[in-house]
Amino acid sequence: MDFASLSSNLLFISFITYLVATLFFGGAVRKSKDEVAYKNSKWGTIGLALTIIGFLTHVGYFITRWIASGHAPVSNMFEFTTAFAMMLVGAFILLFMIYRTPSLGLFALPIAIIIIAYASMFPRDISPLIPALQSNWLTIHVITAALGEAILAISAVAGLIYLIKNIDMTKRSRERFWIEVVMFVVTLVIGFVISSVLFSTMGYEAEMNYVDKDGRDAHIVYNNPPLFAMNEYEMVTEGVMTPLAATPPIVNAKTLTTFSWSVIFGTVIYLLLRLIFRRPLAAVVQPLTKKANSQLMDEIGYRSVLIGFPVFTLGALIFAMIWAHEAWSRFWGWDPKEVWALITWLFYAAFLHLRLTRGWEGKKSAWLAVVGFIIIMFNLIAVNLIIAGLHSYA
Amino acid sequence: MNNERKANKKKKRSIIRGVALAIFAIVILVSLTLTPGKQKGLKPGDMAPDFELVDLDGNTHRLSDYRGEGVFLNFWGTWCAPCKREMPFMEKQYQTFKDEGVHILAVNVKESDLKVDSFRRSYQLSFPIAIDKTEAVKDAYQIKPLPTTILIDPDGKIVEIVQDEMNELEIKNYMEMIQPK
Amino acid sequence: MSKIKCQCGHENPEGTQLCEACGRPLSEEAKKSDIVDMRYEGSARRSKTYTTSIVDKVWNFFSSVTVGVWIIVILLVTSAIGTLLPQRFNIDVPPNIEAQVAEYYEKHYGIFGKVYYTLGLDNMYSSWWFKILVGMLGVSIIIASVDRVVPLYKSLKRQRTRRHASFMKRQRLFGAGPVDDPDESIEQAGEAFKKLKYNVKIENDAMLAEKNRFSRWGPYVNHTGLIIFLVGVLLRGLPGWYVDEAMWLREGERKSIPGAQGYYLESKGFTLENYDVEGEDKVFEDAIERAGSVVKNYQTDVVLYKDKEGALPGSEDLEKVKEYEIVVNKPLTFDGYSIFQMEYRLDELSGMTFALVNKGSTDSLGEFTIDLTAPERKYELGEGTYVQILDYFPDFIGTRNGKMELDTATPVPNNPAFIFKLVTPETPEGETSLVEIGKPALEIDVTDKGTLDIVENDYQVKFLAADTHDMSGLTIRKDKTLYLLLVGGIIFMIGVAQGSYWQHRRVWIQKDEKTGELLLAGHTNKNWFSLRKDIDEVAETVPLPSYEDRADQEDKKEKKGDDN
Repeated sequence: MDFASLSSNLLFISFITYLVATLFFGGAVRKSKDEVAYKNSKWGTIGLALTIIGFLTHVGYFITRWIASGHAPVSNMFEFTTAFAMMLVGAFILLFMIYRTPSLGLFALPIAIIIIAYASMFPRDISPLIPALQSNWLTIHVITAALGEAILAISAVAGLIYLIKNIDMTKRSRERFWIEVVMFVVTLVIGFVISSVLFSTMGYEAEMNYVDKDGRDAHIVYNNPPLFAMNEYEMVTEGVMTPLAATPPIVNAKTLTTFSWSVIFGTVIYLLLRLIFRRPLAAVVQPLTKKANSQLMDEIGYRSVLIGFPVFTLGALIFAMIWAHEAWSRFWGWDPKEVWALITWLFYAAFLHLRLTRGWEGKKSAWLAVVGFIIIMFNLIAVNLIIAGLHSYA
Repeated sequence: MNNERKANKKKKRSIIRGVALAIFAIVILVSLTLTPGKQKGLKPGDMAPDFELVDLDGNTHRLSDYRGEGVFLNFWGTWCAPCKREMPFMEKQYQTFKDEGVHILAVNVKESDLKVDSFRRSYQLSFPIAIDKTEAVKDAYQIKPLPTTILIDPDGKIVEIVQDEMNELEIKNYMEMIQPK
Repeated sequence: MSKIKCQCGHENPEGTQLCEACGRPLSEEAKKSDIVDMRYEGSARRSKTYTTSIVDKVWNFFSSVTVGVWIIVILLVTSAIGTLLPQRFNIDVPPNIEAQVAEYYEKHYGIFGKVYYTLGLDNMYSSWWFKILVGMLGVSIIIASVDRVVPLYKSLKRQRTRRHASFMKRQRLFGAGPVDDPDESIEQAGEAFKKLKYNVKIENDAMLAEKNRFSRWGPYVNHTGLIIFLVGVLLRGLPGWYVDEAMWLREGERKSIPGAQGYYLESKGFTLENYDVEGEDKVFEDAIERAGSVVKNYQTDVVLYKDKEGALPGSEDLEKVKEYEIVVNKPLTFDGYSIFQMEYRLDELSGMTFALVNKGSTDSLGEFTIDLTAPERKYELGEGTYVQILDYFPDFIGTRNGKMELDTATPVPNNPAFIFKLVTPETPEGETSLVEIGKPALEIDVTDKGTLDIVENDYQVKFLAADTHDMSGLTIRKDKTLYLLLVGGIIFMIGVAQGSYWQHRRVWIQKDEKTGELLLAGHTNKNWFSLRKDIDEVAETVPLPSYEDRADQEDKKEKKGDDN
């Protein structure tokens, strides 16, 4: 077996291992009767052991893919996102070691699983490096930045647990609404994964010719039924769905279509779940947070920002500037990705100041942590796929 | 007594704060006027950077050798229409001023010998023309548009920088300006 | 300044919340609170002490962290708005031509684009208000830090080991209770905390164990780093501190480097290399096939020269400095300058090969190649046979307004044309013709300029082949502020690590004067979990009263639950 296929197998193993580990963390939360039992529960220990095994195979994937391609596997959307998930698990393991809270695993691992699944929807070919990426700074900058973001993401996980636990789900309120929105967004991501898997196993393909925004003829292949078609399109493939509408030239109809399918699938899944449970999803998962100590979750949330913020600054701003100076001749160029890294940084700076001087703890701090994660995800997903500047991956 | 000290201290602190705030305000306002990457640029009154060029006839011209005389330094190209229009005027004034201590040096920016030579022949120019093959002189004078004419007085100082086409009268006036007294 | 005299005898500055020495609450607010606000040790922030004059009001405005956070939030939101549409320097239109920029935004983004442009958001990051916002953030950082660091320093310096009971009771971690031998407990606890690397002071039946006070300076260190960074950014605007120039360099050309006087660059060749599906890049096969082709390398091989000592510009009296291969990510550096591979243009015409042909017999009398950057006057083809270039137009205008114009639009060989004089033994007088690339030769008589009489020639030049060369687009940078920016960045990192990875922990244990009970209180600026762990560890070996974390309601509930 060559390194390339070995690495994809390792990733698959770690994916499965994380799934199993989640179940054990769930067991730890459900089975333990009191605080002490919860902290030292056998289920939790097995969960952690499995997570570590999964993490090691994940690292194995990373190393073998590195060997296969000859460069750090962080050069396209698939690679970066899987690496991010790996760091997320690593950060979780680190914080678990400090605080021993199975609840954290119960929420962190599913998020890592969803992120890996999301990553796998992008082309998984080992891609060569374009000249701008041929630098050791690729390894240094991207890995440090991803690590910082992963640690910051743990803060959002802790915040989410805090919120789900402490929001009164029996009464109508703004916070109950918004936490449900967060749950809905998570089902949208699942919807994206399921719709992509479905259409790709069906082998769906629709080709069309169109005119791009600069008036040039272009060609595009959809891997899902074309809800929206590109500007002045002409279908090449026959017998596929007739698009509902064509978009103006500046809108990428393919992205819009993929997004719409994710929304459709996600909404259906969400409604099904609501029908099954007859309760808001946040209320469904609320019992799983029962054992989590709020004060501790608040502390983890804050602590992970404290640990992650310097790492993020170093990786996403300082190393980024050094590399940008070497590759693009300027250390800062107001490229969208750069700006969003700055926005993330400013946001967490505000978070720290609000906590320190305005005493924003508990729910307020938890909400900020969740919003911070949304900003990070926005930078990863939307900026790459929609805004796209110099950093656009594949 | 105590109150007086208190008032003094308060006054002193207000002054320090006021000065600090004023400095911050000035720094911010000054920064608004700055554009990174702008070169200083030559301006009248500066010393003209020295250079050395060989003209089409093989004569070496070193700016510093003309100390004590005025130098009419014209940057041009054969493809530039205003350059072509002012050339005959320059030629005419050159005939008048060459014995009055004013030199003309027409610096062509990086064109081929053949092209510049053909041009000189068809316009029947007699003043020295040199080609700035590496653009070193152009860069030293930070020339942007063509034509640009630099007027250098007998002390080697820049009197005027003309970034525009000149008519005959203007050329004459400029030459008088740099003529040694 | 009026002082507040505490019952312990210490004089505190006006506005103090907690006595600097013993910690007794002084303000009404502090007296009422359950857990005291320990930020800045309850010291008097200087800003809060005067509010009379306008100067003080402005000062206090910037001293407020709330204001600082608002500035951060406004910067954050506006920065985000600036990414909605591409900025003007990222679009395919020259950013300095307003009309074209305006048209671009309206054409591509409709009414939204028009509004975006009209509001100046297309160049937002260079707008005056954005710069002012950044400046205000800088001012806020300086003033807020200065106002806090001094009182905090004094207050931490003046703290006494023994605190007033009211201070102890208002700490988040607090416990009180009788122990067998309070003095012994204090001694032992001191030893135990020393083992945990705390600095321990024992006096007046009281112990203070303190650790990592330096982490309190973290925020001020990182703010200093930020200010140094911002100063660096500011200095870049000063003339001469920052050079940003661009040049196009043709293969074989040697040119003075703009912005770097006295230095010259010669291109020995430009290379564009794609990944090859065969061979060592085989592992990338799928990705390359999906993309069509992927560029592996852009490279300009250059030779750097400089003027010899004392040589003047234009003299071309040069000495070689070094040869270098400029590739992306590996700029050529010298004397503080860096030259980057940024762009390229392939296949500009560089030479043309012609044959002199007899029109009747189509026999060739010989071939000649013209170097378009340095054409020669005369090309000898043999006995009595030569081609003379009467004139050369690199970018021939041709017919303009219905009239033939013998002229060139630019010095670039986009559309070369020549007026040849063809001399053979049969036509010793010579025949003239105008040859323009891609057009039939115009056989003309150019003896009298201006009138272009068409004539019938016996000979013609026939275009055979063209040579091309590539151009490298290079950027020249010099940034004297880089080291300052780097120093700012490093100081920021030190400060932020200092404040984040270490925590200032303090534990007070003292014998209550009246009851003889032991009082225990603990405080940390962050990471209470670890402080509790430290105290718990000490409590394992030393008899100490049990304590509670009064912020942790659930813990309390659970403990109560255990009692039941």
